[in-house]
Amino acid sequence: MKAMVYRGPYKIRVEEKPEPIIEHPNDAIVKVTLAAICGSDLHLYHGMMPDTRVGMTFGHEFIGVVERVGPSVQNLQPGDRVMVPFNVYCGSCYFCARGLYANCHNVNPNATAVGGIYGYSYTCGGYDGGQAEYVRVPFADVGPARIPDWMSDEDAVLLTDAMSTGYFGAQLGDIVEGDTVVVFGAGPVGLYAARSAWLMGAGRVIVVDHLEYRLEKARTWAFAETRNFAEYDDIVVELKRSTGHLGADVAIDAVGAEADGNFLQHVTAAKLKLQGGSPIALNWAIDGVRKGGTISVMGAYGPIFSAVKFGDAMNKGLTLRMNQCPVKRQWPRLFEHIRNGYLSPSEIVTHRFPLEHIAEGYHTFSAKLDGCIKTLIVP
Amino acid sequence: MTYTADKPALAPSSDELRARIPGWGADLDPKDRPAVPRERFDRAASGAHWDFPDRQPEKEPRERSIEHGMLPPVFGTSVPLRGASGALRRYAYARYSEGRAAHWLLLVLADRVDAWESHLASLATLRPDNPITQTGVLSEVRHHPLASRRGTRVDRSHTWMDPVLVAGPWALVGGTAVLAVRRVLGRGSRRRR
Repeated sequence: MKAMVYRGPYKIRVEEKPEPIIEHPNDAIVKVTLAAICGSDLHLYHGMMPDTRVGMTFGHEFIGVVERVGPSVQNLQPGDRVMVPFNVYCGSCYFCARGLYANCHNVNPNATAVGGIYGYSYTCGGYDGGQAEYVRVPFADVGPARIPDWMSDEDAVLLTDAMSTGYFGAQLGDIVEGDTVVVFGAGPVGLYAARSAWLMGAGRVIVVDHLEYRLEKARTWAFAETRNFAEYDDIVVELKRSTGHLGADVAIDAVGAEADGNFLQHVTAAKLKLQGGSPIALNWAIDGVRKGGTISVMGAYGPIFSAVKFGDAMNKGLTLRMNQCPVKRQWPRLFEHIRNGYLSPSEIVTHRFPLEHIAEGYHTFSAKLDGCIKTLIVP
Repeated sequence: MTYTADKPALAPSSDELRARIPGWGADLDPKDRPAVPRERFDRAASGAHWDFPDRQPEKEPRERSIEHGMLPPVFGTSVPLRGASGALRRYAYARYSEGRAAHWLLLVLADRVDAWESHLASLATLRPDNPITQTGVLSEVRHHPLASRRGTRVDRSHTWMDPVLVAGPWALVGGTAVLAVRRVLGRGSRRRR
Protein backbone atom coordinates (compact mmCIF):
# COMPACT_ATOMS: atom_id res chain seq x y z
CA MET A 1 0.00 0.00 0.00
CA LYS A 2 1.02 3.63 -0.34
CA ALA A 3 1.77 5.46 2.89
CA MET A 4 3.35 8.69 4.06
CA VAL A 5 6.67 7.87 5.71
CA TYR A 6 8.79 10.06 8.02
CA ARG A 7 12.43 10.34 6.90
CA GLY A 8 13.77 12.77 9.54
CA PRO A 9 12.98 16.38 10.52
CA TYR A 10 11.24 18.31 7.71
CA LYS A 11 11.44 15.29 5.41
CA ILE A 12 8.69 12.87 4.43
CA ARG A 13 7.88 10.81 1.36
CA VAL A 14 5.35 8.33 0.05
CA GLU A 15 6.51 4.71 0.10
CA GLU A 16 5.11 1.28 -0.61
CA LYS A 17 4.61 -0.41 2.79
CA PRO A 18 3.11 -3.79 3.67
CA GLU A 19 -0.61 -3.54 4.46
CA PRO A 20 -1.29 -3.64 8.21
CA ILE A 21 -2.43 -6.95 9.67
CA ILE A 22 -4.77 -7.96 12.49
CA GLU A 23 -2.44 -8.10 15.51
CA HIS A 24 -5.09 -8.42 18.23
CA PRO A 25 -8.53 -10.09 18.19
CA ASN A 26 -10.31 -6.73 18.51
CA ASP A 27 -8.38 -5.03 15.70
CA ALA A 28 -9.92 -3.78 12.47
CA ILE A 29 -8.15 -2.83 9.28
CA VAL A 30 -9.64 0.35 7.82
CA LYS A 31 -9.23 1.52 4.23
CA VAL A 32 -8.69 5.26 4.57
CA THR A 33 -10.94 7.47 2.44
CA LEU A 34 -9.96 10.88 3.85
CA ALA A 35 -7.30 12.11 6.25
CA ALA A 36 -6.05 15.45 7.52
CA ILE A 37 -2.83 17.07 8.66
CA CYS A 38 -3.17 18.34 12.22
CA GLY A 39 -1.21 21.24 13.68
CA SER A 40 0.28 18.77 16.14
CA ASP A 41 1.60 16.69 13.21
CA LEU A 42 3.97 19.60 12.71
CA HIS A 43 5.63 18.80 16.07
CA LEU A 44 6.49 15.38 14.63
CA TYR A 45 7.43 16.79 11.24
CA HIS A 46 9.81 19.25 12.87
CA GLY A 47 11.40 16.49 14.96
CA MET A 48 10.19 17.88 18.29
CA MET A 49 8.46 14.78 19.67
CA PRO A 50 10.87 12.32 21.29
CA ASP A 51 11.03 8.79 19.83
CA THR A 52 9.61 9.60 16.42
CA ARG A 53 11.19 6.86 14.32
CA VAL A 54 12.18 7.07 10.69
CA GLY A 55 9.72 4.86 8.80
CA MET A 56 6.64 5.79 10.85
CA THR A 57 3.43 6.86 9.15
CA PHE A 58 1.73 9.90 10.69
CA GLY A 59 -1.95 10.81 10.70
CA HIS A 60 -4.39 10.77 13.62
CA GLU A 61 -7.29 12.42 11.80
CA PHE A 62 -8.85 9.98 9.36
CA ILE A 63 -12.06 8.25 8.28
CA GLY A 64 -12.50 5.19 6.12
CA VAL A 65 -14.26 1.94 5.35
CA VAL A 66 -13.78 -1.21 7.42
CA GLU A 67 -11.82 -3.72 5.35
CA ARG A 68 -11.33 -6.62 7.82
CA VAL A 69 -12.09 -7.26 11.49
CA GLY A 70 -10.51 -9.48 14.15
CA PRO A 71 -12.40 -12.47 15.63
CA SER A 72 -13.67 -10.67 18.76
CA VAL A 73 -15.09 -7.61 16.99
CA GLN A 74 -18.88 -7.41 17.50
CA ASN A 75 -19.93 -3.89 16.60
CA LEU A 76 -18.38 -3.36 13.16
CA GLN A 77 -18.30 -5.29 9.94
CA PRO A 78 -16.49 -4.95 6.63
CA GLY A 79 -18.00 -2.21 4.52
CA ASP A 80 -18.96 0.04 7.44
CA ARG A 81 -18.07 3.69 6.88
CA VAL A 82 -16.33 4.79 10.07
CA MET A 83 -14.80 7.80 11.77
CA VAL A 84 -11.96 7.00 14.14
CA PRO A 85 -11.08 9.16 17.18
CA PHE A 86 -7.40 10.06 17.37
CA ASN A 87 -7.23 8.27 20.73
CA VAL A 88 -6.26 4.60 20.79
CA TYR A 89 -7.97 3.28 23.95
CA CYS A 90 -9.13 0.02 25.50
CA GLY A 91 -12.39 1.19 27.06
CA SER A 92 -11.87 -0.89 30.23
CA CYS A 93 -8.90 0.35 32.27
CA TYR A 94 -9.18 2.60 35.36
CA PHE A 95 -9.08 5.73 33.22
CA CYS A 96 -11.35 4.59 30.38
CA ALA A 97 -13.96 3.40 32.91
CA ARG A 98 -14.14 7.03 34.07
CA GLY A 99 -14.41 8.50 30.58
CA LEU A 100 -10.78 9.63 30.35
CA TYR A 101 -10.26 7.90 27.00
CA ALA A 102 -7.23 10.00 26.13
CA ASN A 103 -5.44 8.68 29.21
CA CYS A 104 -5.84 4.93 28.60
CA HIS A 105 -3.33 2.79 30.50
CA ASN A 106 -3.53 -0.32 28.32
CA VAL A 107 -2.28 0.87 24.94
CA ASN A 108 1.05 2.61 25.39
CA PRO A 109 4.08 0.74 26.75
CA ASN A 110 6.40 3.65 26.03
CA ALA A 111 4.91 6.17 28.43
CA THR A 112 2.46 6.33 31.31
CA ALA A 113 2.12 10.11 30.95
CA VAL A 114 0.19 9.90 27.69
CA GLY A 115 -2.28 7.46 26.15
CA GLY A 116 -2.19 6.01 22.65
CA ILE A 117 -2.44 8.15 19.53
CA TYR A 118 -2.42 7.00 15.91
CA GLY A 119 0.70 7.97 13.99
CA TYR A 120 2.16 10.01 16.79
CA SER A 121 5.61 8.64 17.67
CA TYR A 122 6.55 5.80 19.98
CA THR A 123 6.07 8.14 22.93
CA CYS A 124 2.36 7.77 22.08
CA GLY A 125 2.48 4.01 21.61
CA GLY A 126 4.21 3.32 18.30
CA TYR A 127 1.09 3.06 16.13
CA ASP A 128 1.10 3.90 12.44
CA GLY A 129 -1.39 6.56 11.38
CA GLY A 130 -3.96 7.21 8.71
CA GLN A 131 -2.03 9.20 6.11
CA ALA A 132 -1.94 5.97 4.14
CA GLU A 133 -4.23 3.70 2.18
CA TYR A 134 -4.86 1.36 5.14
CA VAL A 135 -4.47 1.57 8.91
CA ARG A 136 -4.68 -0.83 11.84
CA VAL A 137 -7.40 0.28 14.29
CA PRO A 138 -7.07 -1.42 17.70
CA PHE A 139 -10.18 -1.91 19.88
CA ALA A 140 -12.57 -1.64 16.97
CA ASP A 141 -15.55 -2.15 19.31
CA VAL A 142 -14.55 0.91 21.35
CA GLY A 143 -13.08 3.75 19.29
CA PRO A 144 -14.59 3.94 15.81
CA ALA A 145 -18.19 4.96 15.13
CA ARG A 146 -20.30 4.59 12.00
CA ILE A 147 -20.57 7.92 10.22
CA PRO A 148 -24.22 9.10 10.19
CA ASP A 149 -25.69 9.14 6.68
CA TRP A 150 -26.38 12.87 6.85
CA MET A 151 -22.79 13.79 7.73
CA SER A 152 -20.26 14.81 5.08
CA ASP A 153 -16.86 13.14 4.91
CA GLU A 154 -15.10 16.44 5.58
CA ASP A 155 -17.14 17.18 8.71
CA ALA A 156 -16.55 13.60 9.89
CA VAL A 157 -12.77 13.74 9.50
CA LEU A 158 -12.62 17.06 11.35
CA LEU A 159 -14.56 15.56 14.25
CA THR A 160 -11.85 12.92 14.78
CA ASP A 161 -9.67 15.56 16.46
CA ALA A 162 -9.66 19.28 15.65
CA MET A 163 -13.38 20.09 16.07
CA SER A 164 -13.73 17.86 19.13
CA THR A 165 -10.56 19.29 20.67
CA GLY A 166 -11.66 22.90 20.17
CA TYR A 167 -15.08 22.15 21.69
CA PHE A 168 -13.41 20.30 24.58
CA GLY A 169 -11.06 23.25 25.12
CA ALA A 170 -13.96 25.64 25.50
CA GLN A 171 -15.56 23.27 28.02
CA LEU A 172 -12.42 23.10 30.13
CA GLY A 173 -12.64 26.88 30.44
CA ASP A 174 -15.79 26.43 32.58
CA ILE A 175 -17.30 29.42 30.80
CA VAL A 176 -20.28 31.12 32.43
CA GLU A 177 -22.68 33.56 30.79
CA GLY A 178 -21.03 36.85 29.90
CA ASP A 179 -17.42 35.66 30.33
CA THR A 180 -14.64 37.22 28.30
CA VAL A 181 -12.72 34.40 26.62
CA VAL A 182 -9.35 34.96 24.97
CA VAL A 183 -8.16 32.29 22.55
CA PHE A 184 -4.48 32.14 21.68
CA GLY A 185 -3.98 30.76 18.16
CA ALA A 186 -6.28 31.11 15.14
CA GLY A 187 -5.47 27.71 13.69
CA PRO A 188 -8.20 25.06 13.36
CA VAL A 189 -8.41 24.24 17.09
CA GLY A 190 -8.40 27.92 18.07
CA LEU A 191 -11.14 28.75 15.55
CA TYR A 192 -13.26 25.83 16.74
CA ALA A 193 -12.68 26.77 20.39
CA ALA A 194 -13.74 30.35 19.65
CA ARG A 195 -16.97 29.19 17.98
CA SER A 196 -17.62 26.75 20.82
CA ALA A 197 -17.11 29.43 23.48
CA TRP A 198 -20.23 31.19 22.19
CA LEU A 199 -22.27 28.00 22.65
CA MET A 200 -21.34 28.11 26.33
CA GLY A 201 -22.51 31.68 26.71
CA ALA A 202 -19.37 33.77 26.33
CA GLY A 203 -19.97 37.51 26.29
CA ARG A 204 -16.81 38.34 24.37
CA VAL A 205 -14.39 36.15 22.44
CA ILE A 206 -10.98 37.60 21.55
CA VAL A 207 -8.64 35.64 19.26
CA VAL A 208 -4.89 36.37 19.26
CA ASP A 209 -2.52 35.42 16.42
CA HIS A 210 0.03 37.03 14.10
CA LEU A 211 -1.29 35.73 10.78
CA GLU A 212 -3.71 38.29 9.38
CA TYR A 213 -5.54 35.84 7.10
CA ARG A 214 -6.32 33.59 10.06
CA LEU A 215 -7.47 36.52 12.17
CA GLU A 216 -9.77 37.48 9.30
CA LYS A 217 -11.28 33.97 9.52
CA ALA A 218 -11.66 34.41 13.29
CA ARG A 219 -13.60 37.63 12.70
CA THR A 220 -15.84 36.41 9.88
CA TRP A 221 -16.33 32.75 10.78
CA ALA A 222 -15.94 32.67 14.55
CA PHE A 223 -17.56 36.11 15.19
CA ALA A 224 -14.57 37.03 17.36
CA GLU A 225 -12.72 40.23 18.12
CA THR A 226 -9.09 39.82 17.13
CA ARG A 227 -5.70 41.10 18.20
CA ASN A 228 -2.60 40.73 16.04
CA PHE A 229 0.10 40.40 18.68
CA ALA A 230 2.78 41.49 16.20
CA GLU A 231 1.17 44.92 16.17
CA TYR A 232 1.51 45.44 19.90
CA ASP A 233 4.62 46.02 21.93
CA ASP A 234 3.12 43.83 24.67
CA ILE A 235 -0.01 41.77 24.02
CA VAL A 236 -0.61 41.21 27.75
CA VAL A 237 -0.96 44.94 28.33
CA GLU A 238 -3.32 45.15 25.34
CA LEU A 239 -5.47 42.36 26.78
CA LYS A 240 -5.62 44.15 30.12
CA ARG A 241 -6.51 47.39 28.40
CA SER A 242 -9.24 45.65 26.38
CA THR A 243 -10.85 44.21 29.50
CA GLY A 244 -10.96 47.31 31.65
CA HIS A 245 -7.68 46.19 33.22
CA LEU A 246 -9.38 43.14 34.74
CA GLY A 247 -8.00 40.48 32.39
CA ALA A 248 -9.99 37.81 30.56
CA ASP A 249 -12.10 35.42 32.63
CA VAL A 250 -10.94 32.45 30.58
CA ALA A 251 -7.92 31.88 28.35
CA ILE A 252 -7.57 28.99 25.91
CA ASP A 253 -4.09 28.05 24.68
CA ALA A 254 -4.65 26.64 21.19
CA VAL A 255 -1.02 27.05 20.16
CA GLY A 256 1.20 24.67 22.12
CA ALA A 257 4.74 23.68 21.32
CA GLU A 258 4.79 25.18 17.85
CA ALA A 259 4.62 28.81 19.03
CA ASP A 260 7.27 30.95 17.45
CA GLY A 261 8.11 32.69 20.68
CA ASN A 262 11.05 35.01 20.94
CA PHE A 263 14.31 34.08 19.25
CA LEU A 264 15.72 32.33 22.32
CA GLN A 265 12.53 30.36 22.93
CA HIS A 266 12.41 29.32 19.28
CA VAL A 267 16.02 28.17 19.20
CA THR A 268 15.89 26.25 22.50
CA ALA A 269 12.53 24.63 21.73
CA ALA A 270 12.05 24.19 17.99
CA LYS A 271 15.66 23.93 16.93
CA LEU A 272 17.62 22.44 19.84
CA LYS A 273 14.61 20.47 21.21
CA LEU A 274 15.67 21.35 24.77
CA GLN A 275 12.19 22.51 25.80
CA GLY A 276 8.90 20.70 25.33
CA GLY A 277 7.86 23.63 23.19
CA SER A 278 8.01 27.39 23.27
CA PRO A 279 5.51 28.25 26.04
CA ILE A 280 4.96 31.87 25.05
CA ALA A 281 1.23 31.44 24.43
CA LEU A 282 0.77 29.71 27.77
CA ASN A 283 2.71 32.47 29.52
CA TRP A 284 0.59 35.11 27.81
CA ALA A 285 -2.48 33.18 28.94
CA ILE A 286 -1.24 33.15 32.54
CA ASP A 287 -0.54 36.86 32.49
CA GLY A 288 -3.52 37.89 30.34
CA VAL A 289 -6.24 36.16 32.34
CA ARG A 290 -7.73 37.76 35.44
CA LYS A 291 -6.92 36.71 38.99
CA GLY A 292 -9.00 33.64 39.85
CA GLY A 293 -9.49 32.96 36.14
CA THR A 294 -9.25 29.70 34.25
CA ILE A 295 -6.79 28.55 31.62
CA SER A 296 -7.58 25.71 29.28
CA VAL A 297 -4.57 24.23 27.53
CA MET A 298 -5.38 22.51 24.23
CA GLY A 299 -2.07 23.22 22.51
CA ALA A 300 0.12 20.12 22.58
CA TYR A 301 3.45 20.27 24.36
CA GLY A 302 6.24 17.70 24.34
CA PRO A 303 7.24 15.76 27.44
CA ILE A 304 10.42 17.75 28.08
CA PHE A 305 10.13 20.59 30.59
CA SER A 306 9.04 24.04 29.40
CA ALA A 307 9.86 27.39 30.99
CA VAL A 308 6.34 28.21 32.21
CA LYS A 309 5.60 31.18 34.50
CA PHE A 310 4.20 29.14 37.30
CA GLY A 311 4.74 31.77 39.98
CA ASP A 312 2.28 34.13 38.31
CA ALA A 313 -0.25 31.32 37.98
CA MET A 314 0.05 30.54 41.69
CA ASN A 315 -0.06 34.13 42.87
CA LYS A 316 -3.12 34.85 40.72
CA GLY A 317 -5.00 31.83 42.01
CA LEU A 318 -5.57 30.48 38.53
CA THR A 319 -7.19 27.20 37.63
CA LEU A 320 -5.22 25.41 34.93
CA ARG A 321 -7.15 22.70 33.10
CA MET A 322 -5.84 20.57 30.27
CA ASN A 323 -5.89 17.16 28.64
CA GLN A 324 -5.80 15.47 25.32
CA CYS A 325 -9.43 15.39 24.20
CA PRO A 326 -11.45 12.22 24.89
CA VAL A 327 -12.94 12.53 21.42
CA LYS A 328 -15.79 10.06 21.39
CA ARG A 329 -17.30 11.59 24.54
CA GLN A 330 -17.84 14.81 22.60
CA TRP A 331 -19.53 13.29 19.57
CA PRO A 332 -23.22 12.91 20.50
CA ARG A 333 -23.51 16.59 21.48
CA LEU A 334 -21.35 17.77 18.57
CA PHE A 335 -23.49 15.78 16.13
CA GLU A 336 -26.51 17.73 17.47
CA HIS A 337 -24.74 21.06 17.06
CA ILE A 338 -23.79 20.25 13.46
CA ARG A 339 -27.32 19.10 12.61
CA ASN A 340 -28.73 22.28 14.14
CA GLY A 341 -26.38 24.37 12.04
CA TYR A 342 -24.54 25.77 15.07
CA LEU A 343 -21.19 24.36 13.92
CA SER A 344 -19.89 23.65 10.44
CA PRO A 345 -16.36 22.22 10.79
CA SER A 346 -15.52 21.84 7.10
CA GLU A 347 -15.85 25.57 6.42
CA ILE A 348 -12.26 26.15 7.54
CA VAL A 349 -10.70 23.67 5.09
CA THR A 350 -8.47 25.54 2.67
CA HIS A 351 -6.36 22.87 0.94
CA ARG A 352 -6.74 19.32 -0.32
CA PHE A 353 -3.71 17.30 -1.45
CA PRO A 354 -3.54 13.79 -2.91
CA LEU A 355 -1.48 11.39 -0.79
CA GLU A 356 1.22 11.31 -3.51
CA HIS A 357 1.87 15.01 -2.89
CA ILE A 358 1.75 14.94 0.90
CA ALA A 359 5.28 16.37 1.27
CA GLU A 360 4.00 19.51 -0.44
CA GLY A 361 0.93 19.48 1.80
CA TYR A 362 3.10 19.43 4.91
CA HIS A 363 5.34 22.21 3.65
CA THR A 364 2.40 24.41 2.65
CA PHE A 365 0.80 23.94 6.06
CA SER A 366 4.05 24.29 8.02
CA ALA A 367 5.23 27.39 6.15
CA LYS A 368 1.68 28.82 6.20
CA LEU A 369 1.68 29.47 2.49
CA ASP A 370 -1.30 30.42 0.40
CA GLY A 371 -3.66 31.23 3.26
CA CYS A 372 -3.47 27.68 4.55
CA ILE A 373 -5.61 26.89 7.60
CA LYS A 374 -6.58 23.23 7.29
CA THR A 375 -5.22 20.64 4.90
CA LEU A 376 -6.93 17.40 3.93
CA ILE A 377 -5.22 14.38 2.39
CA VAL A 378 -7.01 12.21 -0.14
CA PRO A 379 -5.51 8.69 -0.50
CA MET B 1 -14.97 48.83 37.02
CA THR B 2 -12.03 46.72 38.02
CA TYR B 3 -11.04 48.76 41.06
CA THR B 4 -14.56 48.47 42.49
CA ALA B 5 -16.81 45.40 42.89
CA ASP B 6 -18.55 45.42 39.51
CA LYS B 7 -17.23 43.78 36.38
CA PRO B 8 -16.48 46.27 33.58
CA ALA B 9 -19.59 46.27 31.35
CA LEU B 10 -17.90 45.67 28.01
CA ALA B 11 -19.77 42.66 26.60
CA PRO B 12 -22.96 42.95 24.51
CA SER B 13 -26.15 41.68 26.14
CA SER B 14 -27.02 37.99 25.97
CA ASP B 15 -30.11 38.76 23.86
CA GLU B 16 -27.99 40.62 21.35
CA LEU B 17 -25.51 37.73 21.14
CA ARG B 18 -28.27 35.12 20.84
CA ALA B 19 -29.69 37.01 17.87
CA ARG B 20 -26.33 37.38 16.14
CA ILE B 21 -24.43 34.12 16.75
CA PRO B 22 -25.75 30.68 15.70
CA GLY B 23 -26.26 28.46 18.74
CA TRP B 24 -25.25 31.08 21.30
CA GLY B 25 -25.92 29.67 24.77
CA ALA B 26 -26.91 26.17 23.58
CA ASP B 27 -24.51 24.71 26.15
CA LEU B 28 -25.07 27.35 28.80
CA ASP B 29 -26.08 24.67 31.30
CA PRO B 30 -22.96 22.68 32.29
CA LYS B 31 -25.17 19.54 32.35
CA ASP B 32 -25.29 19.74 28.54
CA ARG B 33 -21.50 19.75 28.24
CA PRO B 34 -20.09 16.29 27.52
CA ALA B 35 -16.84 16.97 29.40
CA VAL B 36 -18.71 17.74 32.65
CA PRO B 37 -18.05 16.25 35.15
CA ARG B 38 -14.48 15.40 34.33
CA GLU B 39 -14.72 11.80 35.53
CA ARG B 40 -17.87 9.77 35.02
CA PHE B 41 -17.60 6.18 36.19
CA ASP B 42 -19.44 3.91 33.76
CA ARG B 43 -17.92 0.58 32.81
CA ALA B 44 -20.39 0.02 29.97
CA ALA B 45 -20.17 3.43 28.27
CA SER B 46 -17.19 2.65 26.08
CA GLY B 47 -18.50 -0.51 24.41
CA ALA B 48 -15.70 -2.69 25.81
CA HIS B 49 -16.89 -6.25 26.43
CA TRP B 50 -13.93 -7.36 28.54
CA ASP B 51 -12.58 -6.63 32.01
CA PHE B 52 -9.04 -6.86 30.75
CA PRO B 53 -8.27 -7.05 27.02
CA ASP B 54 -6.74 -10.09 25.32
CA ARG B 55 -3.00 -9.77 25.05
CA GLN B 56 -1.45 -8.92 21.69
CA PRO B 57 1.40 -11.38 20.97
CA GLU B 58 4.81 -9.89 21.78
CA LYS B 59 6.72 -11.08 18.70
CA GLU B 60 9.93 -9.38 19.76
CA PRO B 61 10.92 -7.83 23.09
CA ARG B 62 8.96 -4.60 23.41
CA GLU B 63 10.61 -1.69 25.20
CA ARG B 64 8.49 -0.07 27.88
CA SER B 65 8.55 2.70 30.44
CA ILE B 66 9.78 1.49 33.83
CA GLU B 67 6.83 3.35 35.32
CA HIS B 68 4.58 0.58 33.95
CA GLY B 69 4.01 -2.45 36.17
CA MET B 70 3.83 -4.73 33.14
CA LEU B 71 3.72 -4.63 29.38
CA PRO B 72 0.30 -3.20 28.44
CA PRO B 73 -1.83 -5.68 26.47
CA VAL B 74 -1.89 -3.70 23.22
CA PHE B 75 0.87 -1.70 21.58
CA GLY B 76 2.10 -0.31 18.29
CA THR B 77 4.58 -2.17 16.12
CA SER B 78 5.32 0.47 13.50
CA VAL B 79 9.14 0.51 13.59
CA PRO B 80 10.87 -1.87 16.05
CA LEU B 81 14.21 -0.88 17.60
CA ARG B 82 17.22 -1.22 15.32
CA GLY B 83 20.81 0.00 14.96
CA ALA B 84 22.64 2.48 17.19
CA SER B 85 19.49 4.56 17.65
CA GLY B 86 17.72 1.40 18.83
CA ALA B 87 20.44 0.76 21.42
CA LEU B 88 20.13 4.33 22.72
CA ARG B 89 16.35 4.07 22.91
CA ARG B 90 16.50 0.68 24.64
CA TYR B 91 18.85 2.15 27.25
CA ALA B 92 16.69 5.26 27.76
CA TYR B 93 13.62 3.09 28.43
CA ALA B 94 15.41 0.53 30.61
CA ARG B 95 17.36 2.98 32.76
CA TYR B 96 15.36 6.20 33.22
CA SER B 97 11.75 6.88 34.16
CA GLU B 98 9.65 9.48 32.32
CA GLY B 99 10.33 11.78 35.28
CA ARG B 100 14.00 12.08 34.37
CA ALA B 101 15.27 14.57 31.80
CA ALA B 102 17.90 12.02 30.74
CA HIS B 103 15.13 9.73 29.47
CA TRP B 104 13.79 12.30 27.04
CA LEU B 105 17.11 13.84 26.04
CA LEU B 106 18.47 10.38 25.17
CA LEU B 107 15.36 9.73 23.06
CA VAL B 108 15.83 13.06 21.28
CA LEU B 109 19.47 12.18 20.63
CA ALA B 110 18.41 8.77 19.33
CA ASP B 111 16.01 10.51 16.93
CA ARG B 112 18.91 12.45 15.40
CA VAL B 113 21.04 9.29 15.20
CA ASP B 114 18.12 7.44 13.60
CA ALA B 115 17.78 10.12 10.91
CA TRP B 116 21.47 9.93 10.07
CA GLU B 117 21.52 6.12 10.06
CA SER B 118 18.51 6.11 7.78
CA HIS B 119 19.92 8.74 5.41
CA LEU B 120 23.17 6.78 5.08
CA ALA B 121 21.35 3.48 4.60
CA SER B 122 19.16 5.05 1.91
CA LEU B 123 22.27 5.85 -0.14
CA ALA B 124 22.73 2.11 -0.61
CA THR B 125 19.23 1.70 -2.05
CA LEU B 126 17.65 2.48 -5.41
CA ARG B 127 15.74 5.32 -3.75
CA PRO B 128 18.15 7.47 -1.73
CA ASP B 129 16.78 10.32 0.37
CA ASN B 130 16.08 13.42 -1.68
CA PRO B 131 16.00 16.56 0.46
CA ILE B 132 14.35 18.55 -2.31
CA THR B 133 11.30 16.42 -2.93
CA GLN B 134 11.02 15.23 0.67
CA THR B 135 10.89 18.71 2.19
CA GLY B 136 8.04 19.65 -0.12
CA VAL B 137 9.86 22.86 -0.92
CA LEU B 138 8.74 22.56 -4.55
CA SER B 139 5.26 23.53 -3.40
CA GLU B 140 6.56 27.08 -2.86
CA VAL B 141 6.25 27.79 -6.59
CA ARG B 142 2.51 27.16 -6.71
CA HIS B 143 1.57 28.63 -3.34
CA HIS B 144 2.48 32.33 -3.40
CA PRO B 145 5.81 32.21 -1.56
CA LEU B 146 6.31 35.97 -1.45
CA ALA B 147 2.74 37.16 -0.90
CA SER B 148 2.32 34.55 1.84
CA ARG B 149 5.27 35.97 3.74
CA ARG B 150 4.21 39.60 3.61
CA GLY B 151 2.53 41.31 6.56
CA THR B 152 3.05 40.85 10.25
CA ARG B 153 4.43 37.29 10.38
CA VAL B 154 6.76 36.99 13.35
CA ASP B 155 8.39 33.77 12.12
CA ARG B 156 10.41 35.69 9.54
CA SER B 157 13.05 36.29 12.22
CA HIS B 158 14.09 32.67 12.20
CA THR B 159 12.89 31.05 8.95
CA TRP B 160 16.36 31.61 7.51
CA MET B 161 17.56 28.87 9.85
CA ASP B 162 15.37 26.14 8.36
CA PRO B 163 17.19 25.73 5.01
CA VAL B 164 20.52 25.89 6.85
CA LEU B 165 19.44 23.14 9.26
CA VAL B 166 17.96 20.93 6.54
CA ALA B 167 20.55 21.41 3.79
CA GLY B 168 23.56 22.24 6.00
CA PRO B 169 24.44 18.72 7.10
CA TRP B 170 24.11 17.44 3.51
CA ALA B 171 26.39 20.22 2.27
CA LEU B 172 28.85 19.50 5.08
CA VAL B 173 28.99 15.78 4.37
CA GLY B 174 29.18 16.37 0.60
CA GLY B 175 31.97 18.93 1.00
CA THR B 176 33.90 16.64 3.35
CA ALA B 177 33.53 13.74 0.89
CA VAL B 178 34.80 15.88 -2.02
CA LEU B 179 37.77 17.05 0.04
CA ALA B 180 38.56 13.47 1.10
CA VAL B 181 38.40 12.19 -2.49
CA ARG B 182 40.62 15.04 -3.73
CA ARG B 183 43.11 14.35 -0.97
CA VAL B 184 43.25 10.61 -1.80
CA LEU B 185 43.61 11.35 -5.52
CA GLY B 186 46.24 14.00 -4.80
CA ARG B 187 48.24 11.53 -2.70
CA GLY B 188 48.05 8.98 -5.55
CA SER B 189 49.27 11.43 -8.19
CA ARG B 190 52.16 12.56 -5.94
CA ARG B 191 53.21 8.92 -5.52
CA ARG B 192 53.15 8.42 -9.32
CA ARG B 193 55.45 11.39 -9.73
